[in-house]
Amino acid sequence: MGPQTLYDKLWASHAVHVEDDGTTLLYIDRHFLHEVTSPQAFEGLRLAKRKPWRVDANLATADHNVPTTDRSLGISDPVSRTQVETLDRNCAEFGIVQFGMSDPRQGIVHVIGPEQGATLPGMTVVCGDSHTSTHGAFACLAHGIGTSEVEHVLATQCLLAKKSKNMLVWFDGKLPRGVTAKDMILALIGEIGTAGGTGYAIEYAGPAVRALSMAGRMTLCNMAIEAGARSGMVAADETTFEYLKGRPYAPRGEMWDRAVAYWRTLHSDEGAHFDRVVRIDVSQLKPQVTWGTSPEMVTTIDGRVPDPKQEQDPVKRAGIERALEYMGLEPNVPITDIRIDKVFIGSCTNSRIEDLRAAAEVVRGKRVASNVKLAMVVPGSGLVKAQAEQEGLDKIFKDAGFEWREPGCSMCLGMNPDQLEPGERCASTSNRNFEGRQGPGGRTHLVSPEMAAAAAIAGHFVDVRHWQ
Amino acid sequence: MEKFTVHRGLVAPLDRANVDTDAIIPKQFLKSIKRTGFGPNLFDGWRYLDVGQPDQDNSKRPLNPDFVLNQPRYQGASILLARENFGCGSSREHAPWALLDYGFRAIIAPSFAEIFYNNSFKNGLLPIVLDEAQVDELFKDTFATPGFELVIDLEAQSISYADGSKRFAFDIDPFRKYCLLNGLDDIGLTLRHADKIKAFEERRRQEQPWLFA
Repeated sequence: MGPQTLYDKLWASHAVHVEDDGTTLLYIDRHFLHEVTSPQAFEGLRLAKRKPWRVDANLATADHNVPTTDRSLGISDPVSRTQVETLDRNCAEFGIVQFGMSDPRQGIVHVIGPEQGATLPGMTVVCGDSHTSTHGAFACLAHGIGTSEVEHVLATQCLLAKKSKNMLVWFDGKLPRGVTAKDMILALIGEIGTAGGTGYAIEYAGPAVRALSMAGRMTLCNMAIEAGARSGMVAADETTFEYLKGRPYAPRGEMWDRAVAYWRTLHSDEGAHFDRVVRIDVSQLKPQVTWGTSPEMVTTIDGRVPDPKQEQDPVKRAGIERALEYMGLEPNVPITDIRIDKVFIGSCTNSRIEDLRAAAEVVRGKRVASNVKLAMVVPGSGLVKAQAEQEGLDKIFKDAGFEWREPGCSMCLGMNPDQLEPGERCASTSNRNFEGRQGPGGRTHLVSPEMAAAAAIAGHFVDVRHWQ
Repeated sequence: MEKFTVHRGLVAPLDRANVDTDAIIPKQFLKSIKRTGFGPNLFDGWRYLDVGQPDQDNSKRPLNPDFVLNQPRYQGASILLARENFGCGSSREHAPWALLDYGFRAIIAPSFAEIFYNNSFKNGLLPIVLDEAQVDELFKDTFATPGFELVIDLEAQSISYADGSKRFAFDIDPFRKYCLLNGLDDIGLTLRHADKIKAFEERRRQEQPWLFA
């Protein structure tokens, strides 16, 4: 067998059965569940009188619908409440471990999995959520699935899948001050487009990726789906092992040593074949800001809103015109002139302790601008929140005029009360700027935590590289 | 799952690229714990002039007359013609559920986002990829011809104009085709390999016991 990519290795080590046309039965090591995409799957199991194949491979939490304000009051929206209670009932009935709304470990499913060490190198990880790609940061094959597949995994511990092609994204150089993993992934999406990764599994590599913390790597992998790739991944190294050691679900003692010995093989071999290679020099990278309604509609902080007249392709031109109309933006306006109404720091992309520390550093001793109606920080999990409070980050945010909230998906998609009003403009650390994503008529600009924090203080976008 | 063999239907053109699943079925409707009833809220943000809520009587809401599915000539459409990267974004299977519940059985586009593509097959909704030029031609003919219908024959892997004037061939994975033609339940198929899964799992338990703690 010739040299293999990390993806080739992960795929081969999980293939249970292969059909003539290459359709493969893939064994799934870890299945995460949340309240939105699981009820119909559990209902399907019940109707077919099936049981979960391997209960201990599953871990559940409620994150999309949960309020980020005082939880002692429960969930006021009866439809949301029913969904969360349905997850409680299903987990109890089938014996699945759940970090429920009042559990201190509750949080966004893609934050708590790694945090608990329930995501380990070499695993296949799936969840009924497209941002499951996040877990690929741990040298996992991790991707989102639909509800029929949630039921399939519950019932069989396997998925039917076809192998993707291999794409290598090589990040060279050293990140300048004020430029982050979020800017790396937004720049990549700007370059290859939101369908650029369709049909590929992306491996992120190169010195700039090696230098990232696990939080940064998770941000990169999280948004692989926004580049069209279901999965993104990073080879395992000392940073990976350091992060995992001592976590509740991680192996211990002699078992840890055995695991690490295996995990050290989880990288692409020298000379492995990639079907596509993209190279980006991060030393030239600037903070990124999206201006439109697709993550590929992105530019740099010193850039301007594009002019549709400059676009030759009629479908693209119509897309830009529609986006500018929705976003309430005029062509050629400098990005730094765009004033904002709300700021959201959170989501499975950017709500980890490192993200909160970086944002807190920017706002320390300053005040949120008077035109900003709401600036909120939503930690990714109860444990991130507790850690941040121990470090006094909550105080820094609150002193600056931010609201400090309970963990959940919150305003990334606004299934709970955290939403934009029609026409409101938000600097957001989340992953999607689709029409209506953060609330009907809401206008989303995707940025890094540092850039969102600086925008909150200035009231408009500013270049955080020059922040004093 | 309902079988898909031959389908003849009216075509509706949705002429924009990167239609995401948030647009197909907005978040507020994902709170349902059922698989059915999403049709009235398909493309809710584009289709109505007000903001929809779950459990609302949609028949009384103001329609956006400019939205293509509200135009009289496309009423009863069961084939959706779309642009590249259709179904991008969230993995919500509510998107194919909503399209099916509305009455669509097939979608034709130059490319689909992978999770959406996959989810469609699991529900008997056929996503067909044609090349960009063919899709352009279909858009042109749909706009130009009131009552424009296509006949999709899955066994033959062909799309024909109802008047027989043009015919396009399309590709599909043999396994997916087999499942769709026969309306087969994936789980039942997979469980035929239960012994293989058990053997694989046992080997894994020996080699990487930390995964089974």
